[in-house]
Amino acid sequence: MDILRFITAGSVDDGKSTLIGRLLYDSKSIMVDQIDAIKSHGKNKLNGTLDLSLITDGLRAEREQGITIDVAYKYFSTPKRKFIIADAPGHIQYTRNMVTGASNANLAIILIDARNGVEEQTMRHTLIASLIGIPHIVVAINKMDLVGYSQDVFNNIVIDYTAATKSLNLKEVKYIPLSALLGDNIVDRSTNMPWYESDPLLHYLETVKIQNDINYTDARMPVQYVIRPQTEKLHDYRGYAGKIMSGGYKRGDAVTVLPSGLESKIKAIESGGVEVAEAYALQSVVLHLEDDIDVSRGDVIVKSENKPIVSQDLEVMMCWMDTKPLLPGNKYFLQSNSKVVRSMVKEIEYKLNVNTLEKQFASEEIRLNDVFKATIKTSSPIAFDSYKKLRSSGSAILIDETSNVTVAACMIQ
Amino acid sequence: MNYQLDYLDQLESEAIYIMREVAGQFERPALLFSGGKDSITLVRLAEKAFRPGKFPFPLVHIDTGHNFQEALDFRDSLVKKLDEKLVVRHVADTIKEKKLTEPVGKFASRNALQTYTLLDVIEEFKFDALIGGARRDEEKARAKERIFSVRDEFGQWDPKRQRPELWNIYNGKIQKGENVRAFPISNWTELDVWNYIRREKMELPSIYFAHERECIEYQGQLIATSPFIKREAGDKILKKKVRYRTVGDMTCTAAVESEATAIDDIVNEIIATNISERGETRIDDKVSEAAMEDRKKNGYF
Ligand SMILES: Nc1nc2c(ncn2[C@@H]2O[C@H](COP(=O)(O)OP(=O)(O)O)[C@@H](O)[C@H]2O)c(=O)[nH]1
Repeated sequence: MDILRFITAGSVDDGKSTLIGRLLYDSKSIMVDQIDAIKSHGKNKLNGTLDLSLITDGLRAEREQGITIDVAYKYFSTPKRKFIIADAPGHIQYTRNMVTGASNANLAIILIDARNGVEEQTMRHTLIASLIGIPHIVVAINKMDLVGYSQDVFNNIVIDYTAATKSLNLKEVKYIPLSALLGDNIVDRSTNMPWYESDPLLHYLETVKIQNDINYTDARMPVQYVIRPQTEKLHDYRGYAGKIMSGGYKRGDAVTVLPSGLESKIKAIESGGVEVAEAYALQSVVLHLEDDIDVSRGDVIVKSENKPIVSQDLEVMMCWMDTKPLLPGNKYFLQSNSKVVRSMVKEIEYKLNVNTLEKQFASEEIRLNDVFKATIKTSSPIAFDSYKKLRSSGSAILIDETSNVTVAACMIQ
Repeated sequence: MNYQLDYLDQLESEAIYIMREVAGQFERPALLFSGGKDSITLVRLAEKAFRPGKFPFPLVHIDTGHNFQEALDFRDSLVKKLDEKLVVRHVADTIKEKKLTEPVGKFASRNALQTYTLLDVIEEFKFDALIGGARRDEEKARAKERIFSVRDEFGQWDPKRQRPELWNIYNGKIQKGENVRAFPISNWTELDVWNYIRREKMELPSIYFAHERECIEYQGQLIATSPFIKREAGDKILKKKVRYRTVGDMTCTAAVESEATAIDDIVNEIIATNISERGETRIDDKVSEAAMEDRKKNGYF
């Protein structure tokens, strides 16, 4: 059993909440007391039938406004997989929420209302999914019941979507016709759409191959914490604790510590307090080096034969997440894994129109939800890879030095 | 070679990563230890994150005075085995010092008063981060909480001012007086916790397993008789075979009827159940639909 993390995206009323509710309901992840709570909720929209969309309805602050404003996480599992849904809805703050939810996702479900076809919002969601590098995309064409379960409607949307997103080079797109409300093609193949002969949604989610989403080639381990018991018995114990973000390590591997460039060899690897001969991506481990060199939190241990870039100048795609606009020349903390350095946003190359995918070179102010390309200078060198190659070592956030708020998501080019 | 990590290994590794981020980013962290299965799981994860070193934080227990004796005994023996520091602060002392009003009623719960003791202990030790065992599957308000959740000086949580949390990058920067609540097992469900306990062969307080207990049946829930609840003439007192799904205060935690005497039986019961953990066992959440959200905003964990 493994874990699939996914996000759902759609315009308001495309049926996102209903779809999530349906998945949870049909996988029996909703308990009777939670159903009672939904039933007792005054705003049940559908007379008599259970309004599944209320399952994902969140905090009271949001309920009072009648909209969902933040990312909520939902869980369900089947015998094959554990699923983590980042439900990232919202109106004005949509880009920010979706970027947040998407950052850890293996898969995005992009909802389209069959009656409306591909809309501006669909493009925006797809662009963000591709920018964040979500490896798998499901285009869920919903409300098929309202278009007579028509194969033509479905086919035309597939053609439109394919054409509109051609320039994004999406890796893997799966199209599924659904009725979230009535349950068509959710768990079982719909008898209303015999022309669709492929997987229903849940089956696809259970079986889509995600092993290859992890990079086992480029070994990167950011040091989070140095374990030094300094007791009599463990006087010389010095272990570098961290999570292997990609690649793997074996005892005896020649390694380099970055950004210092100091070299050594792996003396031992511990995982869960047990010594192991090798360890690989996603494991939290403790590494021991042959030589007594200076290693501290924020350093990255890599294999000497395969090094990332070390530099103070970064080219990044960014999404601005703060209500305060970006002021060029302002200083921010840049955090990448466990490394924090001071930095400055130098030049803004262009802003991306997230609806049309066009680049805008006019120098407008960068505001909340803007996606743009810029250059950043850091106060000292950092080690990184391009985001396209390695999500884990090409990502960073900017933090406002005065408010401490996370103001931007950065994808290093 | 099959590199793929099992889902429990992935959850474990993520939790260890979060704990190490807390240790790396904060000067005075602490681990909030309630004696329940979730905080016992946190302790196991801390061992995996920091051994053979010492934990870079003490365990802190806010004792409401309404605890199950079994849970307290378990706490003390665990701490002894671990050889780590435990700080205990009593809600009863806070009530005396601050002249707080004890809640009244049949199941008068000190749950809300815990917040005062918690804020005092944060102040006393100048804690800047508190690790807690909350899970997002527990309840709607938790489902939206960050893994690093910033609280102001009053311990308050503002759902509208949450920082975006991207990738595995946790922003722990705070102003003086603020603190961060960190939740390493956010992404675990109740069943994940039990599966992990089973896999790790962890010990738990005996009340998690089926045992005979004298209970009051109250609005369909079973509440253990104890000096902390008011008995009334009409009370239906029963002897039942029960276990606890969560271990909180004796005043506000209900037992469930069960025959499960081993972990395997419990896992099977959890898989078969159709009532959520909170719905079945917490008396205090039913009061209002937004009960938890209100408490969190006021500094509750
Ligand atoms: N007929 C039909 N209605 C649907 C379907 N999915 C959702 N709806 C309805 O569309 C409306 C908006 O759905 P909701 O899930 O709240 O949309 P959201 O804003 O994307 O979360 C609700 O009235 C739903 O009942 C569907 O497949 N068929």
